[in-house]
Amino acid sequence: MTGPAVVLDRVSVHFDDADAPVLRDVSVHVEEGELALVVGRTGSGKSTLLGTMTGIVPHFTGGTLSGRVLVHGRDTREHRPRDLADLVGVVGQDPLAGFVTDTVEEELAYGMEQLGLSAATMRKRVEETLDLLGIADLRGAALRELSGGQQQRVAIGSVLTTHPKVIVLDEPTSALDPTGAEDVLATITRLVHDLAVTVVVAEHRMERVLQYADTVIHVGTDGLVSQADPATAMATSTVAPPVVQLGRWAGWSPLPLSVRDARRRAASLRGLPHTSESLPHNHLDRLDAARSEAARPRATRSEAARPAWRTARNATEQSALVATDVAVTHGHVVAVAGVDLTLHPGEITALMGRNGAGKSSLLWALQGSGPMRSGSVRVTGDIDPRRLDAGQRRRHVGLVPQSAADLLYLDSVVAECRQADRESGRPAGTSRALLDRLAPGIPDDRHPRDLSEGQRLALVLAVQLTADPPVLLLDEPTRGLDYAGKAALRQALRALSDDGRCVVVSTHDVEFVAETADRVVVMAAGDVVADGTTREVVVASPAFAPQISKITSPQPWLTLDDVRAAVADTDGVVGTTDTDTVVATAGRDGLVGTAGRDGVDAGEDRP
Amino acid sequence: MNGLGGVNGLGGAVPRSVHPAAWWLWAIALAVAVSRVTNPFVLLTALGVAALVVVARRGSSPWARSFRLYLWLGAFIVAVRAVLHIVAGLKTGETVILPLPEVALPSWASGINLLGDVRLEGFVAAVCEGLRLAVMIACIGAANALANPKRLLRSLPGALSEVGSAIVVTITVAPQLADSVQRVMRARALRGESARGIRALPRVALPVLEDTLDRSIMLAAAMDSRGYGRRRVLSPAVRVLTAVCTLGGLLLSAIGIYGVLDATTPGWLGAPALTAGVGMSLLGIWLGGRANARTTYRRDPWGAPEWVTVACGTAAVVGVQLTLRGDAASLGMPVAPLAVPALPLLALGGLLVAGLPAFVTPEPPRPAPRGPASPLIADSVRPDTPRTPLIAQTSHPNAPSFRTSPRLIAQTSHPNAPSSRTSPRLIAQSSHRRVRSMRNKSQAWAVEGES
Repeated sequence: MTGPAVVLDRVSVHFDDADAPVLRDVSVHVEEGELALVVGRTGSGKSTLLGTMTGIVPHFTGGTLSGRVLVHGRDTREHRPRDLADLVGVVGQDPLAGFVTDTVEEELAYGMEQLGLSAATMRKRVEETLDLLGIADLRGAALRELSGGQQQRVAIGSVLTTHPKVIVLDEPTSALDPTGAEDVLATITRLVHDLAVTVVVAEHRMERVLQYADTVIHVGTDGLVSQADPATAMATSTVAPPVVQLGRWAGWSPLPLSVRDARRRAASLRGLPHTSESLPHNHLDRLDAARSEAARPRATRSEAARPAWRTARNATEQSALVATDVAVTHGHVVAVAGVDLTLHPGEITALMGRNGAGKSSLLWALQGSGPMRSGSVRVTGDIDPRRLDAGQRRRHVGLVPQSAADLLYLDSVVAECRQADRESGRPAGTSRALLDRLAPGIPDDRHPRDLSEGQRLALVLAVQLTADPPVLLLDEPTRGLDYAGKAALRQALRALSDDGRCVVVSTHDVEFVAETADRVVVMAAGDVVADGTTREVVVASPAFAPQISKITSPQPWLTLDDVRAAVADTDGVVGTTDTDTVVATAGRDGLVGTAGRDGVDAGEDRP
Repeated sequence: MNGLGGVNGLGGAVPRSVHPAAWWLWAIALAVAVSRVTNPFVLLTALGVAALVVVARRGSSPWARSFRLYLWLGAFIVAVRAVLHIVAGLKTGETVILPLPEVALPSWASGINLLGDVRLEGFVAAVCEGLRLAVMIACIGAANALANPKRLLRSLPGALSEVGSAIVVTITVAPQLADSVQRVMRARALRGESARGIRALPRVALPVLEDTLDRSIMLAAAMDSRGYGRRRVLSPAVRVLTAVCTLGGLLLSAIGIYGVLDATTPGWLGAPALTAGVGMSLLGIWLGGRANARTTYRRDPWGAPEWVTVACGTAAVVGVQLTLRGDAASLGMPVAPLAVPALPLLALGGLLVAGLPAFVTPEPPRPAPRGPASPLIADSVRPDTPRTPLIAQTSHPNAPSFRTSPRLIAQTSHPNAPSSRTSPRLIAQSSHRRVRSMRNKSQAWAVEGES
């Protein structure tokens, strides 16, 4: 049939135990074959909006839905999710949670079996889908043994086999490393281009999908939803990737939606002069740094904010934790293969690497609670945390695990805080004060499960900080946090490191690393493959380079703040006779520079 | 013949898995055959036959390695039976092998011998009974190792397929539950708690339960979205007929069983009623299955090897039954007086026939080779992985393979690079021409290009 693929007509959703409706009077339509991107803050109701399109809301979640949802003419009031299964394919955040069978081939066939397709059709479609997604060599593999990116591609494949007309994906890359996420997003765009499926996707790595999106659905925190074309929506969106933030700051119109667009606009920024005053860390420096292998201080934090040790960091400097030849094995699998690592007080170290590279195993081994086959870990005062009992250990090294909620088992925030004070032997109120510093305004009687992701993380962080450990390790804290949540976490971590604490964060989030970390350690297959300042490590890798770096390279900027600072400096330093600076200033002031073509010209007139 | 694992099937058949139901029927037949036997020769032959078939025809799934566990379970059962005999068994026979004092029990407990002299004859009889149970359990273990229980559930008829799915999911979720218990225990150590026992229970159980509940709800939602539980619209007449068949069949079966067991009821209430009841139940299941549109992907075929397997199992039952009619004593362990047990050739022959599936069924397929191990940093840049060019270009313009040196990556991944064919020096020159004030940088590029 013709007409829109998905229509929401004045839809409101109200869950029974909530004070306010999650969605209010939402009218949205997605045309057939379109790619619709759903954006919004964490907890704003993105998942609920997607749920209304699949029938999960209200058939599965309960609550009251008013208004009408039509998917290719079928009203979700009369059609349960299972009745829409031939029309709508659903892919969730955690692929493993949705797998019904245990091998790739059976999982691809499961949906077709439920629809009662003939054996011959099923066989043919399974083979086609294996090829389409490039996972033919995994056909007999056990789903649990696949990497996250492969699992998510299988999950997409398992809905594709039923030939749905609409595919709904809820943050399909949130649990994946950058390369796994790339694979999945490449698959999604391929669906739109090659198969003409209607795709509705909620995605926090927006910049990857934004340029292919036909429409953007913005979910506000108050339950109000607006729909607009991507450039218009991004101008006012509460969440925006760095590329859009740069565009907004520079006043570019229309807003660039992809790194490529922004790069064409940013010729003026790239052309800014590299004076030593404005750029303390230019290419020559980088080269020198690489040659002498001297760890250099990060340039993005202002010199004033930097503790004294940072400017004069040498071999004589004290260390907070020294790990020597740490090896961890799980059965026959070598998770960490002899890693040497020295961590310094007041430094934020980011631990990066693919899923399964051994990051978590290393963190647990450093803390002393996890298994360690060989090697030694010493914290300040030549103490081996492994020899201490659990209660003493956490006073030396604190760890916030990947699933932070595992640490919470009491029924209110205040009970958790009291328990933390008790188990750490601190005066009553210590952890509550810490919590108020990290995330002010959480009510005492709130159940920990009712907190938002960010608040729950803050509570766990406060619980662990009550013991006042000089070394704090965080395993994937950015998972599930939106841009604002990450900004809050960044501030909290910086405050901790400014107190002289040593902070290690394992994360996949390159933008977070670029803005937060002083040092980056990259792991692969249990080894440390790169270790250096954020700038050295992050810029040198196509997978890890942050967007601002991709847009403005060869400038050494990693974040929008870097750009702002550099442009502000140039205004004062360089005379206006320099054409490049004029263009740059104009670009920032909102006059679109013609220098956008500059890059193209340079490419053409090469010999 | 090159060892048991390499035995070729009947006429060099193409390797395939034998239908799981065939293996289960075969194993049940074997278990039934030994259920009336205490002769250790016959029991050990049956055990050997089961082990032979398992070793020759088990697949590569984790289930296939479970046979050993059942053997240990069997050994444990024999040991427990022996210990129980010593503690509380009826000690018959003449030869005292372990003199023990007998505990005097009050008169109301007469008939129970607590301890007392252990005599050889009674002890051997007890061990043989233990061995019988152990062998029967080994037969079930063999079925489990030969046929993945999940595959057996997949071949359930339509009306029961949803129950089957539910059981499969339960089996799948169990290891996840173990994972979350382990995770929560580790997390508790991070809070400095090492208390164990009953006091720690709520602190572990609460997060684990919440986790399990969350997972179950997510899985249920995913299954619903994928069409689990879809129904075909059936006419009311068929629905009524299904209900009548199912209920009537159950009722008739109950009456039939009563009739079979109670000798005083008229003959027609026995076997005929039972047969009719089972027939109606089957009809009900078939009718109910029609409401479910579900089909099965790559259904296991039922062909000659399956029939042969079932027939071989039946042969064991027939052999034992014929021996029971002719010379029942030869299947027991002679204990009064103690003697070497007889060799009932017919029963042994039947059991040996049951071992034939080790040779005549097709070999199980070898596990499919997995793809190449993932490369060091990113499998997205693997040349053989198909990718959308658009994405690949915008994300890392000329992303080379990661086997090149890191420095080269730093250069080519540079979005400024017009194409990978251009040398870094050319890039440096063009950008040099473009922007006068970038002299320092282009020198840096030239230096990098030379190194």
